[in-house]
Amino acid sequence: MQDLAMHILELLMNSIHANSFNIYLTIKNSIKENLIEIILIDDGKGMDEKTLNNVTSPFSTSRTTRKIGLGVAFMKALCDQCNGTLVITSEINKGTKIIAKIQKNHWDVPPLGNLGEMMMYAIGANENIDYQFSYIDDKHQFDFNTNQIKEEITPVKIIEPDILIWIKEYINQGIEGVS
Amino acid sequence: MKSLEDLKKMREKALKKVEMRDLDKKYRVVVGMATCGIAAGARPVLNRIVEETSEHNYSCVVTQTGCIGLCVYEPIVEVFDKDGGKTTYVHVTPEKASKILESHIKNDQVLEEYTINSVAK
Repeated sequence: MQDLAMHILELLMNSIHANSFNIYLTIKNSIKENLIEIILIDDGKGMDEKTLNNVTSPFSTSRTTRKIGLGVAFMKALCDQCNGTLVITSEINKGTKIIAKIQKNHWDVPPLGNLGEMMMYAIGANENIDYQFSYIDDKHQFDFNTNQIKEEITPVKIIEPDILIWIKEYINQGIEGVS
Repeated sequence: MKSLEDLKKMREKALKKVEMRDLDKKYRVVVGMATCGIAAGARPVLNRIVEETSEHNYSCVVTQTGCIGLCVYEPIVEVFDKDGGKTTYVHVTPEKASKILESHIKNDQVLEEYTINSVAK
């Protein structure tokens, strides 16, 4: 994975496939605390203890096409590599919570990547999921909520290409305004 | 600058577009965006498809999926028609994606040379 946005997209795809209705994503990017923190909470089907214990293994997956699943494994490797931690908690039928922390100034931290594009892909994957996205740095906070967008545009769907492109640019502009 | 005000204008515009064509989209375009797809270059492909669909008002829904199971052929773009028929395009680049949209979505002509049937021998 070339950048953090793609790592996070992998995790978002997991939440999407877990039949979530709401996904909360917070990215904290702090020079002061020398920390990048990614918090991802979904209300999907969750995992039992056995699945949870194996979830960081690349040979663990719920899909049937292949026996390999790399999303969480890559994230775990990245956190280990960058002097960070990855904590995953989950409850069946309640949802899953992932907290990834990375030392911001570590050699091996990839660039943040295009977070607007990442959200565009995630939202485009399933129009019925609602997202609450926040980006926080030392000075500002930017919040984005798909519910609000959907209210503004009904009956037009959020997956209309025009809207998706607007979302990408709006989020990136918000993040830039932050930093 | 993008603002929430834009959304109202876009809503009007999108509604006008809908009036001009059928409410239902003719096709569903799906891009494989798992680790394998992304690594092979699915991002610029999906980006191009979204942009061109918006620009030319093609009658299709663009969405994405996880691993399709044919990683060696990524980036993969699947086109579903209303009857459930599926065409699988493989090793797609942004340039090929533009041609696929124009031929398949706009003119209803399957672009045989880029399909998995032509590539996998």
